[in-house]
Amino acid sequence: MRMPLDLLLPSWPDPHLDLGEYDPEADLVALNMGPQHPSTHGVLRVKLYLDGETVVKAVPYVGYLHRGVEKLCEKLTYVQITPIVDKNDYVSPMMNEWAVNAAFEALLGVEPPPRAQYMRTIFAEIQRIASHLISIGTWGLDMGGAIGGGATVFLYCLRERELILDLFEEVTGCRFHYNTHTVGGMRHDLPAGWDKRAKAVLDRISARTWEYERFLLDNPICRQRAEGIAVVDPTLAMELGVSGPILRASGVDYDMRRDAPYGAYGDIDIQVPVRTEGDALARALVRIAEMRESARIASTLLDGVPEGPIGALKPVKLHGAVKLKDGEEGYAAIESPRGELGTYVVAARERRGAASPYRLKIRSPSYHAISLLPWLCPGHTLSDVVVIIGSIDPIMGEVDR
Amino acid sequence: MNGAPPVAASGLLFNSAPLHALVLGLVVVSLCMGVAAWSIWYERKFAARMQNRPGPTEVGPWGLLQPIADGLKMLQKEDIVPAAVDRPLFELAPLLVVVASLGTLAVIPWGDGLVIADLHIGVLFALALSSLMLLPVWMAGWASNNKYALLGGMRAIAQGVSYEIPLLLAATVPIVLAGSFRLGDIVEAQAGLRWFALWPPGPGAVAFVLFFMASLAEANRIPFDIPEAESELVAGVTVEYTGMKFGMFYLAEYLHTLIASAIAATLFLGGWDMGPLGAGVHWMVLKTLVLFAVIFWIRWSWLRLRADQLMALSWRWLVPLGLVLVMASATWVVLA
Repeated sequence: MRMPLDLLLPSWPDPHLDLGEYDPEADLVALNMGPQHPSTHGVLRVKLYLDGETVVKAVPYVGYLHRGVEKLCEKLTYVQITPIVDKNDYVSPMMNEWAVNAAFEALLGVEPPPRAQYMRTIFAEIQRIASHLISIGTWGLDMGGAIGGGATVFLYCLRERELILDLFEEVTGCRFHYNTHTVGGMRHDLPAGWDKRAKAVLDRISARTWEYERFLLDNPICRQRAEGIAVVDPTLAMELGVSGPILRASGVDYDMRRDAPYGAYGDIDIQVPVRTEGDALARALVRIAEMRESARIASTLLDGVPEGPIGALKPVKLHGAVKLKDGEEGYAAIESPRGELGTYVVAARERRGAASPYRLKIRSPSYHAISLLPWLCPGHTLSDVVVIIGSIDPIMGEVDR
Repeated sequence: MNGAPPVAASGLLFNSAPLHALVLGLVVVSLCMGVAAWSIWYERKFAARMQNRPGPTEVGPWGLLQPIADGLKMLQKEDIVPAAVDRPLFELAPLLVVVASLGTLAVIPWGDGLVIADLHIGVLFALALSSLMLLPVWMAGWASNNKYALLGGMRAIAQGVSYEIPLLLAATVPIVLAGSFRLGDIVEAQAGLRWFALWPPGPGAVAFVLFFMASLAEANRIPFDIPEAESELVAGVTVEYTGMKFGMFYLAEYLHTLIASAIAATLFLGGWDMGPLGAGVHWMVLKTLVLFAVIFWIRWSWLRLRADQLMALSWRWLVPLGLVLVMASATWVVLA
């Protein structure tokens, strides 16, 4: 199923109204799951109405991690924004950096040099692997507990992620919040021999992805917990703006890397993994297939990194040096591990020649994914709710910003 | 202990049965508490090795003094009692849970005659006390006045009721084969390595696995640890407990696991007897610890089942299987 360009809006039953039709005599328990709960992936709060252990209604509340990043960006210069947005999707910081800088570059009319494009694409794919490793690992924690088999899965995933953090540390000096993208290119060039080390790591990881696949497919308990749980309807998902692995696990063949190429993705053939089941297990399997595909993309691109400069602009000495034209606005989006991560930016209007945006809006895929919860949870048990939240893999830093 | 048979005269430590019970009781209880405490260190090391990490290393050599540090930390914690709890029940539950799990130790034979109270209904006493643990768990869940704790308590009751039956049915197999409820008699019936887990071929082995599974469920271990299910219910019944009260639940869980291993070793693995290799306390301890380690192994490699799947597993498969096993073993006894 391809993404239709014009979405008709079928009238979906509003899950928030369902309780009105529920037997008023029934003794429902309102349970606040979160914001302090080990399995809500940060500070998501879901208000659950329970009949015994069965969820009748689920209402997600967001905003417990709101840090005013978008407002803060209005006070910062374009160059200063990168390290701040790093902290949005704190599981894949490279993606956040690229998303905002892509928007600034589109408005500025600057095209990063090919070497920077290749570096960005390689970093993004390696980051996607790291992010999916966390996703699979924390999903294991949700199903198996922090003191139990789940923790074993989690630490196996972290074992591979550690190799990736080492790679990034070598390039940027940071293990987590890299601040390596900048307007018009990159700040740090690849060290000598990095490509060989990166390829060794990627080979090792793609050789180990079968461990996770076997853990999911050959484990009867995991299958029992995840198969047929929370089937996402593709039309509903598209209507809510859900993208990424969730949509692809529901049979919608849509990936911005292939369908709207950016960076160096135009130079490479991308196999987009799609599954049609739409359940929690399918989402995890799509992520694992993406890990393998990302490793392939990154290794192939590493062979052809062109020589040349890594920035289209002169190295920025003053952080106010980059300015956009007054009143211009634009949107750029990339495919983050969780879906379409976009940035909408409006350049300064009143203050002529200001070096900070008038308004900056981040379109985060997790926010849209969370709006699926009221439809997914009812009918499942409390134990399934943690599996569902884990399978849609929300990052609250990105939801609340 | 009305109706209890006289303690086997040969095994008495002293000339009087009460003194024997008192001294042996003190020794066994303190040893088991110590083993339960150190098993936390053992489990942490075990899990760490499974997960590519070193585990505790800082306190003492190889982190061996970690349990003492853990215990001291627990004792120092502020004992917070929320305002809305049902105070008497809330305070009583952690005590009862430890007492119920320690009570089972009374009938476990560690060696020939080396048993605190040699009851002629030893198996029933042990199983009854281990299912008595449900009561304080439910008390804690109810008294905490917390929805997570309440859900945990309800799950504990549902799970306990479901798994009691396969546990009893599996325990019936060695009882039928040995023709006695006394744990000592059951061990003697397995003399010469004719362990009930191996002999008669078929029902014995299946009953052993069934008993082991049901014990895991009784002791709330993964994959059957849904009453505390920390990823769903935060900490289940123990969610409102702090400090040493939480520590007592924790200790009781380890004690229960240890005792379940000891009972399984007695019923199915020949207890203190090791055939041609002789007999003695060390064999019983070794078998118990091996089973204990298997429980850790399972815990750190499996995920958790869902509550309804857990019930379905018990009622749909384990209970019928248990009934078949009892009939098979009875047929074996009649024919052989």
